[in-house]
Amino acid sequence: MIDVDIEVRRGRYALAARFATPAPVVALFGRSGSGKTTIVQALAGLVTPVSGRIRVGDATLFDAAAAVNLPPERRRIGYVFQDALLFPHLTVRGNLEYGERLVPAAERYVDRAHIVGLLGLGPLLDRRPASLSGGERQRVAIGRALLASPRLLLMDEPLASLDIPRKAEILAYVEILRDELAIPIVYVSHSIEEVTRLADYLVLVSEGRTVASGTVAELMGRADLEPITGRFQAGSVIEARVAEHDLDGGLTALDFDGGRLLVPVVDSLPGERVRVRLRARDVALALAPPPGTSFLNVLEGTVTAVSARKGALVDVTLAVGGAVVISRISQQSCDRLALAPGRRAYALVKAVALDRHALGFA
Amino acid sequence: MDGAGADTWGIIGLSLKVAFWSVAASLPPAVGVAWVLARARFPGKVVLDAVVHLPLVLPPVVVGFGLLLLFGRNGPVGSLLAPLGITFAFKWTGAALAAAVMGFPLLVRAVRLSLESMDVRLESAARTLGAGRWRVFLTVTLPIILPGIATGMLLSFARSLGEFGATITFVSNIPGETQTLPLAIYGFTQVPGGEAEALRLSAVSVAISLVALAASEWLARRGHRAGARP
Repeated sequence: MIDVDIEVRRGRYALAARFATPAPVVALFGRSGSGKTTIVQALAGLVTPVSGRIRVGDATLFDAAAAVNLPPERRRIGYVFQDALLFPHLTVRGNLEYGERLVPAAERYVDRAHIVGLLGLGPLLDRRPASLSGGERQRVAIGRALLASPRLLLMDEPLASLDIPRKAEILAYVEILRDELAIPIVYVSHSIEEVTRLADYLVLVSEGRTVASGTVAELMGRADLEPITGRFQAGSVIEARVAEHDLDGGLTALDFDGGRLLVPVVDSLPGERVRVRLRARDVALALAPPPGTSFLNVLEGTVTAVSARKGALVDVTLAVGGAVVISRISQQSCDRLALAPGRRAYALVKAVALDRHALGFA
Repeated sequence: MDGAGADTWGIIGLSLKVAFWSVAASLPPAVGVAWVLARARFPGKVVLDAVVHLPLVLPPVVVGFGLLLLFGRNGPVGSLLAPLGITFAFKWTGAALAAAVMGFPLLVRAVRLSLESMDVRLESAARTLGAGRWRVFLTVTLPIILPGIATGMLLSFARSLGEFGATITFVSNIPGETQTLPLAIYGFTQVPGGEAEALRLSAVSVAISLVALAASEWLARRGHRAGARP
């Protein structure tokens, strides 16, 4: 349980953040400079808010009214910085031990051998940070934070300084952590791909304020938040479960509250949860199921909203069962189909639009 | 000045002792002042900065005279310390004090530079890992700025070995007590036929300086390897 309600002021800069959730993985999402980092710094105790409170689990880390303000070293909050910040004068082993040694034995719940194995750090132990690649450094930084047995792990854009293959590598490690260790994570990012892949709960941050929070599916389906979630990335997120694989056809069927989706074959067992990001521009609309179509996914739903016009385009929101699907079409098409709230419509999605970048394993 | 009676080893030993103690005693306050100048923000910082750098720009004789006024037997500080058995006037400790004051700005500058070039977020990282301020300083900050400290120590050591004006003004030129190498060399140049002895001691100075330079280079290299930024 993370409960944050704070106000930070630094000179002219002001930030107000408020969210509370029991979700294990919380993403702070917003543009660079929106205030995400200040929020995590306040969580870690590196920045002191002028008012409010911060609670993690059953511990109060900060409460202005009660004059509680634990120093960073007593908060037990792991912090993975964007650029790793390994101690240059220590070996990888020295870095890993740094926080581990400071945790009283009784409160240590993370096993070094386990973490070293999980993050593949074994071959790196005797090396110096200067000789590591960016991805290796980030893995060591994650391991170092975890070995301090934190009650919460903060990850501040841990992938931002990495190239694309390294990003995928670290993202996979973060998924393993999320699934194997029961440590709550606050993940800061400005990448919607990372956020939809990893997080259960999303907090949108814009211009020094937390503007909305909720499950990833809820927020990504809200057209009014699009200026923050990103115009070109607009779309919705569907929580689904792997139903079956059709290996010959190279497809996997996913079941969700509202029907079935066919996507290029995914590497998961039937029953596993999957999160699918449907980009609005990949979704077409029809008033009747089209005969003879290449669209493998035809989802029947009801129009719930039609956005204001943006240039030649509008966003049409559809409720498909319990899921939300957004389609970006031209104003002209919208007029021709006379789409308005309450109208039945079919969302058409090509299976190939749902490549592995659109899928996250939850 | 009875130059011929001077014992070369005695002079070298005294010079090294004075230089060693001047560096050793000024190191902790220098690191403290460097830290304050690099990290703290407070009104009057400019004044502190100027005072620290004063010995660098003042004529050494003025510094020596100032020390004499302050730490002399009847000076405000000297008269306070005398009952505790701490005296500086005309003692080798006074020579060390003079050398320490003259070398202080060099030491502070070197340490401050390395503090300012270090990534302070490393200290934040250490604190989130459970280390308190002092532990962070001792286990992260200090090892990382070690090359800067080594450089500063060398500079102030060299300055101490060469210190002349402040020393001779403050504690005079007493063989066996305050007569360090430069003072002895000066003494020999003032007596007829002392050139040979002066030359010999000058050669010794050059040798000591070279050894110190090599040692610090070695230290800095080691420190640099260990403290290299990722």
